[in-house]
Amino acid sequence: MTDATTLVALLLLPFAGSIVAALLPVNARNAEAWLAGGIALAAVFVVSFCFPSVASGNVLHSRASWLPQFELEFSLRMDGYAWLFAFLVTTIGFLVALYARYYMSPKDPVPRFFSFLLAFMGSMLGVVLSGNLIQIVFFWELTSLFSFLLIGYWHHSSAAREGARMALIVTSAGGLLLFVGMLLVGRIVGSYDLDAVLSSADRIRTSPLYLPALVLVVLGALTKSAQFPFHFWLPHAMAAPTPVSAYLHSAAMVKLGVFLLARLWPVLSGTDAWMWVVGTTGLATFVFGAYTAIFQYDLKGLLAYSTISHLGLITLLLGLNSPFATVAAIFHMINHATFKASLFMAAGVIDHESGTRDIRRLSGLVRAMPISATLAIVAAAAMAGVPLLNGFLSKEMFFAEALDVEGPSPLIDRALPYVATLAAMFSVAYSLRFIHGAFFGPDPQDLPRMPQEPPRWMRFPIELLVLACVLVGMFPAQTIGPFLDVAVRAVLGADTPSYSLAVWHGFNRPLLMSVLALAGGTLLYVLLRKRLAQASDRVPLVPDLDGRSLFDRVLVAISWRGARSLERLFGTARLKPQLRWLVTLSIAAASLPVWVSGLELDPIPPGRLDIVLALVWVIGLACAIGAAWQAKFHRLVALMLAGGAGLATCVTFVWFSAPDLALTQLLVEIVTTVLILLGLRWLPKRIPASFSWPDVRAALPRRTLDLVIALAAGGGLATLAYAVMTRPRPEAISEFFVTRAYPAGGGSNVVNVILVDFRGFDTLGEITVLGVTAIAVYALLRRFRPARESLEPPRQQREQDEKTYQDDMMVSLYIMRLVFPVIAVLAGYLLIRGHNLPGGGFVAGLTMAVAMILQYMAGGVRWAEARLALRPLRLIGVGLAIACATGAGAWWFAHPFLTSHTAHVVLPLLGELHLPSVFLFDLGVFCLVVGATALILIALSHQSIRTHRAPPS
Amino acid sequence: MNEVIVALAIGVLTASGTWLLLRPRTYQVVIGLSLLSYAVNLFIVAMGRLRVNAAPIVEAGRGVDPAALADPLPQALVLTAIVISFAMTSLLLVVLLAARGLTGTDHVDGQEDDA
Repeated sequence: MTDATTLVALLLLPFAGSIVAALLPVNARNAEAWLAGGIALAAVFVVSFCFPSVASGNVLHSRASWLPQFELEFSLRMDGYAWLFAFLVTTIGFLVALYARYYMSPKDPVPRFFSFLLAFMGSMLGVVLSGNLIQIVFFWELTSLFSFLLIGYWHHSSAAREGARMALIVTSAGGLLLFVGMLLVGRIVGSYDLDAVLSSADRIRTSPLYLPALVLVVLGALTKSAQFPFHFWLPHAMAAPTPVSAYLHSAAMVKLGVFLLARLWPVLSGTDAWMWVVGTTGLATFVFGAYTAIFQYDLKGLLAYSTISHLGLITLLLGLNSPFATVAAIFHMINHATFKASLFMAAGVIDHESGTRDIRRLSGLVRAMPISATLAIVAAAAMAGVPLLNGFLSKEMFFAEALDVEGPSPLIDRALPYVATLAAMFSVAYSLRFIHGAFFGPDPQDLPRMPQEPPRWMRFPIELLVLACVLVGMFPAQTIGPFLDVAVRAVLGADTPSYSLAVWHGFNRPLLMSVLALAGGTLLYVLLRKRLAQASDRVPLVPDLDGRSLFDRVLVAISWRGARSLERLFGTARLKPQLRWLVTLSIAAASLPVWVSGLELDPIPPGRLDIVLALVWVIGLACAIGAAWQAKFHRLVALMLAGGAGLATCVTFVWFSAPDLALTQLLVEIVTTVLILLGLRWLPKRIPASFSWPDVRAALPRRTLDLVIALAAGGGLATLAYAVMTRPRPEAISEFFVTRAYPAGGGSNVVNVILVDFRGFDTLGEITVLGVTAIAVYALLRRFRPARESLEPPRQQREQDEKTYQDDMMVSLYIMRLVFPVIAVLAGYLLIRGHNLPGGGFVAGLTMAVAMILQYMAGGVRWAEARLALRPLRLIGVGLAIACATGAGAWWFAHPFLTSHTAHVVLPLLGELHLPSVFLFDLGVFCLVVGATALILIALSHQSIRTHRAPPS
Repeated sequence: MNEVIVALAIGVLTASGTWLLLRPRTYQVVIGLSLLSYAVNLFIVAMGRLRVNAAPIVEAGRGVDPAALADPLPQALVLTAIVISFAMTSLLLVVLLAARGLTGTDHVDGQEDDA
């Protein structure tokens, strides 16, 4: 395998596994664990396989074009440092998968869990292996997203939901800042490529944009690594299942912040600003986290604050601007991952076996679970920094660094060793509390379950991690030495200091500090024991700085009160003001260009005045105004008058050379009228209130305003239309359509050729809209509940039975039935000739629908449906399918979608026949229009024969 | 002169439609929208200028002079607009019927004005 395929395979493996995991059945706990464990183990092998190459100083690369127009590549890159993290992420991922098999209850839906876990692992690998800044941010946000899903895994618990939401908001807000920061860094360097960035240290540090870039990148890292004051999300994230905490909150997610700080250490550090921002935050978090951890009675809460504190220590080390401290930081990242993951798992074992994580209730577990207890004690000792364990080594390195730091402030330099010892004392105290509280003392009283040793393989991951703690602690140079060396060289390059990984450096001041910390911490714990046994996790001597309540308050202010007041200021649920604003703004928007550049109105052109047209519009406009006048109380009259205006429009289309439009308008006029007639029956009668002057006067200002708006709209549009019509027509794309219609489209009706050929894709969209609307109407009417007063059949229906109806309507009924075939043939004719003469799918479809409606009107719903096997829904589907298939057929001949073709076939008797492929498309349009129109009208007409329930009162 | 007639027609249709659009009863809004759609369709067709006896139908096999025919593009736009406006009218009508049943009023806001 080449480097590139190895890296791509490594990244894709977890994501592929995630998809498979999501598809397994809900109760496949073993299959899921095998899959997740297998994928993680395979990833471990792939990573290990890369080590020889990385160890010899190579950087593995994989580049693929991503967004070439922005000079972005999808680039993967593995150097020693990325290798170390990839190894940590995959190894601990494997152990967590194994552990989760036993931890998760059979009732939990495990596919979701393992799917998210694998996807999270993939995102982690994405961040550590990314070779450019934008890609880092992308995977960074992915980890935030998957950690949200994992923390909220038990979404029935509100604590899990809250914790997940808080983690997401804090870390993704940080991610956004990071994104901006990365964009700034990319702008300074002129490239987002990580290699290019890492080789332009001086350019970055001397840039005027350095400070904003630094602050933004560091803020991103600090939120992710739960640094003070953004730490509060981590304790709340403990609502996650313990395997998630063991993974995300020891080795993976929270390490990303410090990972990135170390990754960019060579180019961002070395300035006072870096030391102030990173160093002081780290120091504050280190001390604050350790101190707070002492007072946590929840095992996981204690570990969470301890994690915050250790991450603070790593941040502090990175902030010291010293290569040696950076070595210590990277070393401590590994050590912390091993002992903290094992401690989380141990806490999970205790919780799993005894049913509680409350240190005040737990006691004496060493007798019930001796092996697990021993493991946890060793891991906690590593956390406290006891010699011969890995935590001791990195802590010694930290003490040595603390003694000879040279920062911008001598006061801090001098205080640092004391503060460091103090924080180390706190670490010892909370480690002791973890061990002593849970495992020693009298036998536990009334635990939810009787504790015992966990299953063999649940303990195995802990054993392995603790073994690593011990081995690294005793033989550092032989075990971790080469790996650490590769990682450190990848970060520091030529600046790599000489350091020694020996256990024993002789009697020196760091050792003295360690001894002091151990003794002081033990003393502190003994002194505090009584107090801690009492029921409070209130932290003494620290003001009640609850990040959570602050966060909640900010959230409420922004998303609740802010939104409310915005809504109050600018929103309304009422339609009239909205429409008023809409119309007024439209008028304003149209007037603006006229106002800016003026509008010259030509004098009335001398052309002839068509008296007939003028008369048509005298009637048409009277109808329009009448409709506006009558629509409130006389609905039927208003409908007729609106129809009159529609007919005038129709005549105008004929007059001015738009026969297709006139046909369509006429038919739509008919179906709309039928539609509204059907609807009128469900609108209760509105009787005008008796005329009273006060009412009229009260409504006067409102009506005047509306009248002014209406007149402005009408006057404006009329002026605009007049101005355009009196100007000559400019050269436009229409010429193309006219000249190409026959040669290229094979049809002489240009409008139809545009619809089905040149702009076929638009038409496809439009018929889709039509179909969707028809189905929406149908769906809305399925649960239709009419108004209470419309429930009764109307007077006509009550007084008229089938017989009298037949008698009264005899002649028209027979005519309506007889014309059905005639209209159907007309529809077919309009469809076929549409390409060359006025007609086409739309017109033909409407005609056909009219024919059908006539049958419904003639015989009633039941009569018509007994004789007319009409499946409007199927027609809609068939029509859309024909149209799409015709379009897709062009692919068969390697042409783009909807390319048309005209076949010339010579038939006996009929002679030569043009068969354009767009005819099929038009047939699709026809079917769909018939189906949609019929569906709408039939759905509405069915309401009159259904029994209805009254709406809830 | 015909331009004046059409412009007037567009103006009055728009004004009547807009007036109805701003009325409180749902049925008024439906009728208003249909008047408004007549106006807008006429307006779009008018953008291609008014031509008498010049339907955009070319003769097969002969050279065509685009300037001699009415503009087919606005017509194609309006043709689908007419059909879609029917669909929208029907959807709106059904929504208003359902709203009438559920809220007990045919006011556009689902409740009578406080004023």
